[in-house]
Amino acid sequence: MKLDLRTEDMKAANAKKLYVAGEIDAYTAPQLKEALSQLTSRDQGITVVDLEGVDYIDSTGLGIFVGALKDTHSHEGQFKIVSLNSRVKRLFSITGLDEVMDIDEKEGANQ
Amino acid sequence: MSSKNDSIEMSVPAKAEYIGILRLTASGIANRVGYSYDVIEDIKVSMAEACTNVVDHAYKDGSGDIKVKFDLCNDYLQIQVSDEGTEKKTLAKSNGPVDANKPIEELQEGGLGLFLIETLMDEVEITQDNGVTITMKKFVQRDEVAQGADGVETTANN
Repeated sequence: MKLDLRTEDMKAANAKKLYVAGEIDAYTAPQLKEALSQLTSRDQGITVVDLEGVDYIDSTGLGIFVGALKDTHSHEGQFKIVSLNSRVKRLFSITGLDEVMDIDEKEGANQ
Repeated sequence: MSSKNDSIEMSVPAKAEYIGILRLTASGIANRVGYSYDVIEDIKVSMAEACTNVVDHAYKDGSGDIKVKFDLCNDYLQIQVSDEGTEKKTLAKSNGPVDANKPIEELQEGGLGLFLIETLMDEVEITQDNGVTITMKKFVQRDEVAQGADGVETTANN
């Protein structure tokens, strides 16, 4: 059960969107981490992660996104998560991560 | 529900690729008990967190098992997840929720697992003997079961 990962350029300069589909757990998280780090390690890069195809996440996945946020921050970039379903959003809320991350439950603009 | 005080035990290698199997099993059993969709999802996450803890912390040499026992009782489901790791400190400390006032560079990437279990389950007990055992309970809310069985209809008598 691997994740389905796809990266696309967005309209804005230096902006890339990562589409994730599947279940993010301890087994699939390394795959996500690798794909994300290529985006978040860009200087002043804008990284948008689309989680519409994700129906399960746990703390391992949440930890990957915390790491991505920190990486983006240290490269003076921007990090945003969009299109989460209510279950996935709930875990971001319970853990308080929705307070520190830019999260938009609806489809991201600039498609 | 007919199955009262039934037990199901499983043992799988403590490797990340098997956590999904235990998660699906927990989901099937929770569905059998009759929890609502949201509670089943909570149980799945808690199950995965307990198993991830074993995979990440229990066995330093990488070989060992995750042992799981489900007890289906009248008014609750109990899940015990244990390992036989001999490492002295095998538990990740509960760390959460995230403090939004902290600078981003000080945010921690780990430790949310135990916090999630404690938040999503009704009772959680952690014991350490030869290994660590996480015992968690979820009680059955009877009206919730009825609602789950009927789908989402709450105004059927209208």
